[in-house]
Amino acid sequence: MSSAKSDALPPAYDVDASATVNEIRRFAESLLIPVGALAAALLLFGAFMALIGKNPLEVFILIYKGGFGSSFSWQNTLQRAAPLILTALCVALPAQAGLVMIGGEGALVLGGLGAAVAGSALSGAPAAVALAAMALTAMLVGAVWIAGCGALRHYRGVNETISSLLMAYIAIALFNHLVEGPLRDPRSLNKPSTLPIPDTHMLGTIPGLDVHWGLAIGVLACLILQIWVRRTVQGFAVRIVGGNVRAARLAGLPVGVLILIACALGGAMAGLAGMVEVAAVHGSANASLMAGYGYTGILVAFIARHNPMAIVPVALLLGGINASGGMLQRRLDLPDATALVLQGMAFMMVLASESLYGRFKIFQPKGP
Amino acid sequence: MSPKFPHTARRDFIKQVSAVGTLSALSPAFIRQAFAADKLVVGVIYVGPKDDYGYSQAQAQAAAAIKKMPGVTVVEQERVPETADVQKVMASMIEQDGASLIFPTSFGYFDPHTLKMAEKYPEARFAHCGGLWSTGKHPKNAGSYFGYIDECQYLNGVVAGHATKSKKLGFIAAKPIPQVLRNINAFTMGAQSVNPAITTQVIFTGDWLLPVKEAEAANSLVDQGIDVITMHVDSPKVIVELCERRGIFVCGYHADQSALAPKGYLHGAEWNWLTPYSEHVKAAMGKAPMNNFLRGGLKEGFVKTSAYGKPVSEGARKNAEGIKAGMMKGEFAIFKGPIKDNTGKVVVPPGTVYKQTDVVLEQMNYLVSGVFGKV
Repeated sequence: MSSAKSDALPPAYDVDASATVNEIRRFAESLLIPVGALAAALLLFGAFMALIGKNPLEVFILIYKGGFGSSFSWQNTLQRAAPLILTALCVALPAQAGLVMIGGEGALVLGGLGAAVAGSALSGAPAAVALAAMALTAMLVGAVWIAGCGALRHYRGVNETISSLLMAYIAIALFNHLVEGPLRDPRSLNKPSTLPIPDTHMLGTIPGLDVHWGLAIGVLACLILQIWVRRTVQGFAVRIVGGNVRAARLAGLPVGVLILIACALGGAMAGLAGMVEVAAVHGSANASLMAGYGYTGILVAFIARHNPMAIVPVALLLGGINASGGMLQRRLDLPDATALVLQGMAFMMVLASESLYGRFKIFQPKGP
Repeated sequence: MSPKFPHTARRDFIKQVSAVGTLSALSPAFIRQAFAADKLVVGVIYVGPKDDYGYSQAQAQAAAAIKKMPGVTVVEQERVPETADVQKVMASMIEQDGASLIFPTSFGYFDPHTLKMAEKYPEARFAHCGGLWSTGKHPKNAGSYFGYIDECQYLNGVVAGHATKSKKLGFIAAKPIPQVLRNINAFTMGAQSVNPAITTQVIFTGDWLLPVKEAEAANSLVDQGIDVITMHVDSPKVIVELCERRGIFVCGYHADQSALAPKGYLHGAEWNWLTPYSEHVKAAMGKAPMNNFLRGGLKEGFVKTSAYGKPVSEGARKNAEGIKAGMMKGEFAIFKGPIKDNTGKVVVPPGTVYKQTDVVLEQMNYLVSGVFGKV
């Protein structure tokens, strides 16, 4: 971070060196502005705590201790971050094509349902086969669901933000109908669930950590999709569509197909999040799948500015805030809304800081 | 903490030394209490807010009461989803707060979350609300408690039966699961004990906390000429307030909602979780074995009724008190044949009397005759 400021410009303005320095300046800008925004949010939150009569220092120590202060709290944070990474991708990928898709929750619950059905149907198959089938089913279901919203947008002009949100309600209603009706395990009396998948077919924890494999899957997905977005022709084409649809059309790009691909990839990630919840946590599909991860993912993606790799640290930050929110409740008797207030402040500050890009001279590229 | 991570462990150690230094300065009493021998830290986890006028509030009232017991510290966390989050919350209470007795109070916390944590932390006790704990199948340090609140819903029905003029009652319920069906049936049969012509219209909203749908359901019931409503949802607040505004009677559920409807609140079915809570706390403090399966009704003090509201007539009060006295003596059975369901099928044959403890009641899948609705 500080290297950007201390790095003096090289004495001779050879093109390569100044390009590197400019690269560093740009990177420093994209790092320091969100970090500064989060610091401002923390200060604001501290002031708020002081207003309601709590010692801000004590609050900050508890936030640190609850989210990041020990290996136990780190695992707590990592576990909470895991589902958010995948659902954030469901917002970040369509955003590359210029769409604001907020219905990841729908793809998550239906993906989870698809995974549960595949998993119980393949209970006799080897674990690896069953898990692969579960993941594929979930990704397919999620992809179709979100690509549907993309298609409505592109071919029928329906606003994708509204339609994806409404489609999420439809998905949840469909899920409830199937889980409480045709797909219900008759033994699940007071909590309607689908037939369970066998214990041997569950996703375990990452060796040495008390965190399930969903975390590794999420990080890997971010890595691959970062490469797709930044280093492939198709990813570049999608970003052109997001930047200027007309220009993309003039350049002869298949706009509709690119939008569908970006949406399908995003939906597949949310579906995969549902599969992880079923295969690593619940063991069947039931109402507990609807925990709002799809909605928190929106927050993560926006703070990460739709940059797939940035999603990982942001999800960790939100996971940490959630983990320490529990600590604040238990030690200081603060309500659950405390963590939400902090989240809201962080979100506001990061969005407001968007207007700061290009305003600081130090970050601006300089040339000979 | 974890030998598998030498690097993090060393870093953690340094961090913790400084953190513990600061923290013990901040809250020395807490730390001391958590580690003293004859003290007990109890963790309580709620699925909703502690002040929801409903399910979670009923649990929080018991938690507030055991807080006053000598040597007991209570740590609470609200709005915890039924996901891996609740596992981490239980683990945090044990590892960070020193809790050795946990009350995970939502039904969905039981399988797999509570069972998993009970295996992971064999020294801690897990008293879950509502789960069907069974010997041999589930860990010994886990258990469940629940109450036969259908007794209070029966009494709600009796009071409602006296109060209704239209002879039409309404029931707003979350899901058609056995626990809920049992309440709807008990409420209806209570009302029919006053006048067999009384009917109950049921609306299932589909989930435990859907305030908008609950309000819509209440409005549509009132529009149909229904003049007493009761419910089985997590937070009855919206329904109770709406009934008051529309000028009809309401019977409460979970906790006391009389303050929300001073004019129309007739009676209420409430939990009395202090009974199982204090039994578990005493056993944990005395190192006595855990009672893994606690059940009870009015007689055992697991449930209670709200005070009668102003509109309740003297006759209704006497009638309900008479039945309540029978329940307290264990002489009154709600599910006593012959009972027909609302399709005309006999579900409890003549001569059969089910005791509250009969497991067949926990598998209920019908609505009794006089209920309009479908499972």
